[in-house]
Amino acid sequence: MTAVATRPPALPQAGPGRERRRTSWLLLPAAAVVLVFFFYPLAVILWRSFTEPSFGVGNYLAVLGDEVQLRVMLRTLRTALIITAATLVIAYPYAYAMTLVGRRARSVLTLLVLMPFWTSLMARNFAWYVLEQRGGVIEKALAAIGIDGVVLLGSVAGVTVAMVQVMLPFMVLPLQSSMLSIDRSLLHAAGSLGARRPVAFLRVYVPLSMPGVLAGVSVVFIMSLGFYITPALLGTPQQALVAQVIGTQVNDLLDFAGAGALGTILLVVTLVVLAVLSRVAAPLGTSAAGGADRG
Amino acid sequence: MADNPSISRAAAVRQRSLGWGLRGWVVLVAFVLVAPTLVVIPMSFGAGSTFEFPPKDWSWHWYAEFFTSKQWLAALANSVQVGVLAAALATVLGVAAALALDRMRRGGGVVRQLLMAPMILPGIVVAVAIYGVFLRWQLNGTMLGFVLAHAVLGLPFVLTSVRTSLAGYDPIMEKAAASLGAPRFATLRKVVLPIIAPGVLSGFVFAFATSFDEVVVALFLQTPAIKTLPVKMYESIVLEIDPTIAAASSLIVVFTTILLFVPAVLRRKEQS
Repeated sequence: MTAVATRPPALPQAGPGRERRRTSWLLLPAAAVVLVFFFYPLAVILWRSFTEPSFGVGNYLAVLGDEVQLRVMLRTLRTALIITAATLVIAYPYAYAMTLVGRRARSVLTLLVLMPFWTSLMARNFAWYVLEQRGGVIEKALAAIGIDGVVLLGSVAGVTVAMVQVMLPFMVLPLQSSMLSIDRSLLHAAGSLGARRPVAFLRVYVPLSMPGVLAGVSVVFIMSLGFYITPALLGTPQQALVAQVIGTQVNDLLDFAGAGALGTILLVVTLVVLAVLSRVAAPLGTSAAGGADRG
Repeated sequence: MADNPSISRAAAVRQRSLGWGLRGWVVLVAFVLVAPTLVVIPMSFGAGSTFEFPPKDWSWHWYAEFFTSKQWLAALANSVQVGVLAAALATVLGVAAALALDRMRRGGGVVRQLLMAPMILPGIVVAVAIYGVFLRWQLNGTMLGFVLAHAVLGLPFVLTSVRTSLAGYDPIMEKAAASLGAPRFATLRKVVLPIIAPGVLSGFVFAFATSFDEVVVALFLQTPAIKTLPVKMYESIVLEIDPTIAAASSLIVVFTTILLFVPAVLRRKEQS
């Protein structure tokens, strides 16, 4: 530090290369910590998935050849898809309304979105546990309208309902930020050219909001694929999702190799989804991965 | 073109008043966003020893339990300690990295993506991987282990918020300070840091909140000797059916809501 400090103030002449050399060491501590405590562990579990108990792809074949595991994979994909679609349908009109109202109302609506976003995940999962349990509010409410005996706790349906609520903010926020940048006079232009309002909305507004849709969809889908705590609390081992199986393999069996294989498959699916979505999003002038930064 | 003003006036009116359908939808979604969580508050004043809702009788029992139980208080203390230390570490690392990345012309994007990865990869994979290595290094069940893991998870938030505040920052100011003879450290302290201070602060808060709320990695790193508050809450549902979790949840909900709303209200007061 002192060597740097006593350097004469000849900075204006220093080229960009010089500047870079002088500050890039600031990157080292963060890079080192992330490498050692994040990427190294990931590399180890990947390595173990190929080497334990013996060298090869045995763990992967065991997953892909096991009907139960495959069913878990498909169930996870289907659940994540349902959650994503439901959050999109619920969030889209809300985000749209946020762009129409005045500044004050918008800040209220934003706070309402941020509240669950900030509230403890465990508190929210506990609340859903209470609502979905046998004799809980949801069972009673459904019984009151004539649907008897529906206990959501301990089912994939229960996990889905709770996760839709947990994921809503991650859908609303990117949607709203991309909708705010849409020039609404385009809608009036479409109207003055003879388009009816629903047509103008579908053909002009919805395509313009696609960057937000893709960002929200990719964040929610990816997070749903790997979500652990809600399935672990509200789901059941009989209808397990991938994250639950990974957790059980490590917790109960200390089978890091098997968990590593499942985790690697999950990672690959995640990365493929990210790649496809950002490929789709690229011509729209935004990247889906950029949306993931939000949450 | 002649009726343009009337169109825009109509548009302006329409902008302020949503249709009834949309209005109803917004109210419904707002309810779904907020109401389920609020269940924990009446729960916390229940007298029964189950998760029955709504409670039949009322009491302060579970608050008394929370504030007198050694286990709950220890979990709270652990969470605060891990949160502050992890956020501090993430902030130091993240601010330095953000400053360096801001000045890099090539390769910055890749490095940034790598530092952001902890936020994007599935939590369970990260948790199991870290657990496997920390078992070997005997870092599981230690304060250091929790702090390191949570610092890595908080780093992306610091990076993002500091980068945002750096976006409005012109490096020429640093050169101006240097050309006036300011030593490099003084420039950093008096020019750069005041500009990025809001970003640093919000990065720290984000990193703390991430750690305080984090449960997946914590569930694997915990031992009977050291648990964080979310781990204790998880166990009180799965293992014990202990309604103290309702009191703990309510305290967190009220606390975070105040933290969230107070700045907004203060800002509004300032404006009016």
